[in-house]
Amino acid sequence: MFHSLESPKNRVKITVDGKHIEVDATANVAMALLGAGITAVRRSVVGNAPRAPYCMMGICFECLVTIDGVQNRQACMVPVHDGMTISSQSGARTTEEGGK
Amino acid sequence: MRTLPDQEIVVVGGGLVGAALAWGLARRGLKPLVLDGEDLSHRASRANFALVWVQGKGVGAPHYARWTIAAARQWPSFAAEIMEASGIDVGLRQWGGFTFGLAESEMAMWTEEVRCVAEALGGDAPEYAVLDHAETARMLPGIGRDVVGAIYSPLDGDVNSLRLFRALHVGMLNLGAGYRPHSDVTEIVPDAGGFLLKGAWGEVFARRVVLAAGNGNTRLAPMVGLAAPTLQSKGQILVTEKCAPFFPYTSTTVRQAEEGGVMIGDSQEADTSSIATDQDISSVLASRAIRTFPQLGSVNVVRSWSGFRVKTPDGLPIYECSPTHPGASLVMCHSGVTLAPHHAHLIADAIADQAAMLADKRFSGRRFHVSQP
Repeated sequence: MFHSLESPKNRVKITVDGKHIEVDATANVAMALLGAGITAVRRSVVGNAPRAPYCMMGICFECLVTIDGVQNRQACMVPVHDGMTISSQSGARTTEEGGK
Repeated sequence: MRTLPDQEIVVVGGGLVGAALAWGLARRGLKPLVLDGEDLSHRASRANFALVWVQGKGVGAPHYARWTIAAARQWPSFAAEIMEASGIDVGLRQWGGFTFGLAESEMAMWTEEVRCVAEALGGDAPEYAVLDHAETARMLPGIGRDVVGAIYSPLDGDVNSLRLFRALHVGMLNLGAGYRPHSDVTEIVPDAGGFLLKGAWGEVFARRVVLAAGNGNTRLAPMVGLAAPTLQSKGQILVTEKCAPFFPYTSTTVRQAEEGGVMIGDSQEADTSSIATDQDISSVLASRAIRTFPQLGSVNVVRSWSGFRVKTPDGLPIYECSPTHPGASLVMCHSGVTLAPHHAHLIADAIADQAAMLADKRFSGRRFHVSQP
């Protein structure tokens, strides 16, 4: 659905829900996920409906994912880095370290 | 000039106390008109911690302890009654409450409080348990090492206080009460057979008036021969993002609302009239919450707010009819959630019946006079 207008100069490897992908090193996590065709990044706390990045500027809190073990990070506000581990979320965050 | 039709009875204040009273008066067939303030008026009803709380209340004042306990015991049937009148579930969860001690000195203080109340009440005392760390951890496995112990009381609980606020408003209107927002009463003038209530919005005549304006009562009460002294007491609350359930009870400092957000509170500042939140206070609240539940350390705070408590000099309610201005009465208290069943029933009934006393005479504001009559 989304593709980059320019070819990325550098790529980094990240892991999304156990799957290894290569993404533009200058991307934020939300961009990287959308570019890789991953549009539903979590399921809502109430109703379990799929949610996607929406505002892309840190306002809407729709793009929450678990990044390197920290839950409820705003994917659009975090730059990717090599070796980053991302997992999608379902329901409310837990209060345990490292997610569910 | 009178800008509204004459009224039989007006309630000044549409917070939890005013709405509960109007609800009860309407239930008795009266048609009270509630005059409420502005959206930005200081409202304890919108800032509170939503506890139905008994534990430790009424030290040195057994009549207050009994009053509180009776209200807490009424809550389940009151919640059902509100549901019937309004169609709104106020989310009552009376599953027990903890007061956490983070130092031996705190535990000693809390233990002494509940012991004093229990001793004064004898067989009527509510059940409680003094728990050490291990006993607390058996009930709450996630508790931090800094928790040296806790007081547990099974009668304590909480509600969704915004839904309670809404339910009382919907219920009172359904039962026949009237409501006018943006009608801050700034002046009350005794007039033949009643009172003229005035504000920037206009003027209305009422045969009877009930002051339920929280801290605003301090200014209004002397206009009808009453006194409503208050102390400054600001409280601040932090609210986290919604989390999966981890704390199925409640406490004075941390509670998890039914939607999952964690409320952290119980600060008290006496020396400020600024409504702005203070980050030094926030950090103390957050630090104590994390020491109590270490797993909160990674949770994001999404909101904070502050409010002014309605705090009389001894912290107890004032229920009083004016001795000099028949038809005027005053109802104010800190615990508008816990005591709501009494305000809707016993106090509203006493007002409806034009009783000489609204409640136990020890709740009269005359207790603050220099020389007791």
